Amino acid sequence: MIDLPTIWFVVIGVLLVGYAILDGFDLGVGILSPVLTRTPKERGLLMQAIGPVWDGNEVWLLTLGGALFAAFPIVYATVFSGFYLALMLLLLGLILRAVAMEFRNQLRDARWLRAWDTLFSIGSLVAVLLLGVALGNVARGLPLIDGQYAGGLLGLLNPFSLAVGLTGLAMLATQGAAWLVLRTEGELQLRARRAGTIAWALFGGLWVIVTLYAAVEAPALWANYGNPLAWIAPVVFVAALGLTGWAFRGQSDRLPIVASSISIATLIAILGQGLYPALVPDRTAEASLTIANSASSDLTLTVMLIIALIGMPLVLLYTAFVYRRFTHKVTDSEYA
Amino acid sequence: MDAVDLARIQFAFTAAFHFIFPAVTIGLGLLVAIAETIRWRRQDEIWDRLARFWTKVFAITFAVGVATGIVMEFQFGTNWSRYSTFVGDMFGSPLAAEAIFAFFLESTFLGILLWGGKRIGSTLRWFSALMVSLGAIMSGFWIIAANSWMQTPAGFEVVGDRAVLTDFWAAVFNASTMPRFVHTIVSAWAVGSFVMVGIAAWYVLRGRHLDVARRSLKLGLVVALVSSIGMFLTGDTHSRQVADTQPVKFAAMNGLFEATSGVPMILFAFPPSQDGPSDLPALEIPNLLSLLTRGDPNATIEGLAAYPREVWPPVGVTFSTYHLMVALGTLMLLVMLAGIIAWSRGRLDRWRWWLAAAVVVTPAPLLAVQLGWATAEVGRQPWIVYGLMRTADGVSPIVSAPEVLVSLLGFGAVYLVLGLLWLFLVRRALTLGPEPPPAGEVDEAPLLPSPTYQTRPAEVLP
Repeated sequence: MIDLPTIWFVVIGVLLVGYAILDGFDLGVGILSPVLTRTPKERGLLMQAIGPVWDGNEVWLLTLGGALFAAFPIVYATVFSGFYLALMLLLLGLILRAVAMEFRNQLRDARWLRAWDTLFSIGSLVAVLLLGVALGNVARGLPLIDGQYAGGLLGLLNPFSLAVGLTGLAMLATQGAAWLVLRTEGELQLRARRAGTIAWALFGGLWVIVTLYAAVEAPALWANYGNPLAWIAPVVFVAALGLTGWAFRGQSDRLPIVASSISIATLIAILGQGLYPALVPDRTAEASLTIANSASSDLTLTVMLIIALIGMPLVLLYTAFVYRRFTHKVTDSEYA
Repeated sequence: MDAVDLARIQFAFTAAFHFIFPAVTIGLGLLVAIAETIRWRRQDEIWDRLARFWTKVFAITFAVGVATGIVMEFQFGTNWSRYSTFVGDMFGSPLAAEAIFAFFLESTFLGILLWGGKRIGSTLRWFSALMVSLGAIMSGFWIIAANSWMQTPAGFEVVGDRAVLTDFWAAVFNASTMPRFVHTIVSAWAVGSFVMVGIAAWYVLRGRHLDVARRSLKLGLVVALVSSIGMFLTGDTHSRQVADTQPVKFAAMNGLFEATSGVPMILFAFPPSQDGPSDLPALEIPNLLSLLTRGDPNATIEGLAAYPREVWPPVGVTFSTYHLMVALGTLMLLVMLAGIIAWSRGRLDRWRWWLAAAVVVTPAPLLAVQLGWATAEVGRQPWIVYGLMRTADGVSPIVSAPEVLVSLLGFGAVYLVLGLLWLFLVRRALTLGPEPPPAGEVDEAPLLPSPTYQTRPAEVLP
């Protein structure tokens, strides 16, 4: 029988996957927008390609935060207070994106549009980098003293975590390009395919570097890989990554986003398998925050599971409805 | 100033600023949903433009609410980590439930409403408006359930240094959840409907957009009157609940220092200090507070003196914010009653003094809501969880005062810009007004030369 904290470890992982895949593509579009577009109209098309769905996508992050608070409050409290200034910067990035997205279409003025589109790109870049660096630090393990993070702001900026941050950036740029292949046509789509190929190559290269680096920097992550079942995710990941690169050069508009999404899901699974049962490994002593010592009570975990089992199917139902409605090609006429 | 004070200021500032926007959108959300329903049922052109116009104001406001709301969920962990650890078992679930049941619903359907354009049909537009409105109300429920647990904790036991859940429903429906939820939602309806009445009255005064303005005025007036009365009824229930479950806060709200029988209701008084009531004269109705609170005009009510001084909230602030809120509520009710009289005599757009008054009281409910929250939260002090944990003990031990100062200044600057942009965009939406009626149709009154939607030529876009 699988215990409740393990189930919640998996649920947190699933929420992270949902966030990385869905908000991942609109963050990626924000990052790529300056290099992909030449005219305000093209930028408008890109915004239209993510406009109806970006806000729902970001709710995955809010749900992730709420679920972490409910299921592993000690992890939520330690990581959020430990990464204080970094998180404040992340919030700034998210505020910029939200406001830019909803305010840009209020005024048909070239300077107004340019300002918001630039802020949207900056917000996306900042958010992705910070989330990646934060995740890199968690994967590497934090110095914990009395259950509190003791590394300071500069301690977060170590080479390994920065490399993870860049990997995340390349990964979501790939995802963004893949989404645009699906939603655009003509010249814009061609550019998305080219940019996607470059981002994909960077993603693959950085992934190799980070994986080898992890063997030195975070050897604990390899402990669970004695189990042959643990190798399913890496194998699928490599296959999906290869397929993504191939799909960018192929004819299918749908294949890049499917393959890229699978690569994101399996990469997060690889990290999760490495961490388990720890959520935040301790670098200095045997004081890691694990599913055993940081979980909420079984009653809370059960109640939350019931809430998730009632709520998430509904969410998936209407999310699927909106996506079916808004996966057509965005065209000039749409951008009124 | 130490890290605790700064963290308190930051939370108070970010929460108060954030709540301006949900209050408007919960209220306008109901009105947009009503307008959309009428538009959808009757396929009426004027109601269609009315619904579109208010959806626009609603959307600009909603965006700021979303942007500033993200901060709130993170801030428990970043600035109040001791609190988060202590209450995680209790407090995280309503936040997660809010995201799952409410945030997804409102964001997904808001996306359709804002970006759907011509791709969505009449029915989907109506349904989306309904879902966004429902999502906003459900979001309100979960966040108030969480906050109410901090006021009147229930359904838990303290094990070691954590509050552990024993009964989920008892925790969610604790003593103050329902009184506070109903009072907050009704107040938000007042906020939205006063905005609608105020703007519509301004249009009527100026003789602009009369077709849409007159209907908005009537729709808004009905909701404004119902919610103004509702605020007093729900406020009364809430007040009795506070008297029963948070007697220290109740005594501070009413400036009661010694236990007295036949307590009068203070209509106006200079604010008390921590040492006692003001010596200056006050205006009171004899025995009314005893009657309202205990159902007996001679009943005795406990004063602050019955409790140790270190568990008193700041009495002057609690008293003043509470009484100002009630005073504003009274003013709002009187204005809307006058409006109903004007309507019943068929003089709604002739009593210009009334139209002017309606414009002036537009922000009154918004201010009253802020004052009410200040009463609730300042009155809870010195506790972060009433009777269980002090606010000063809830902060993050490793976040230093300079760090909080940096983030506080950052929020101050960003929110200032956000607030100004919001005002600019709302003002602009109001100046443009609803879309003009289709060509060929004559307005109810001679149209003044009014600006159209395209103020700038389309050529600015290459």
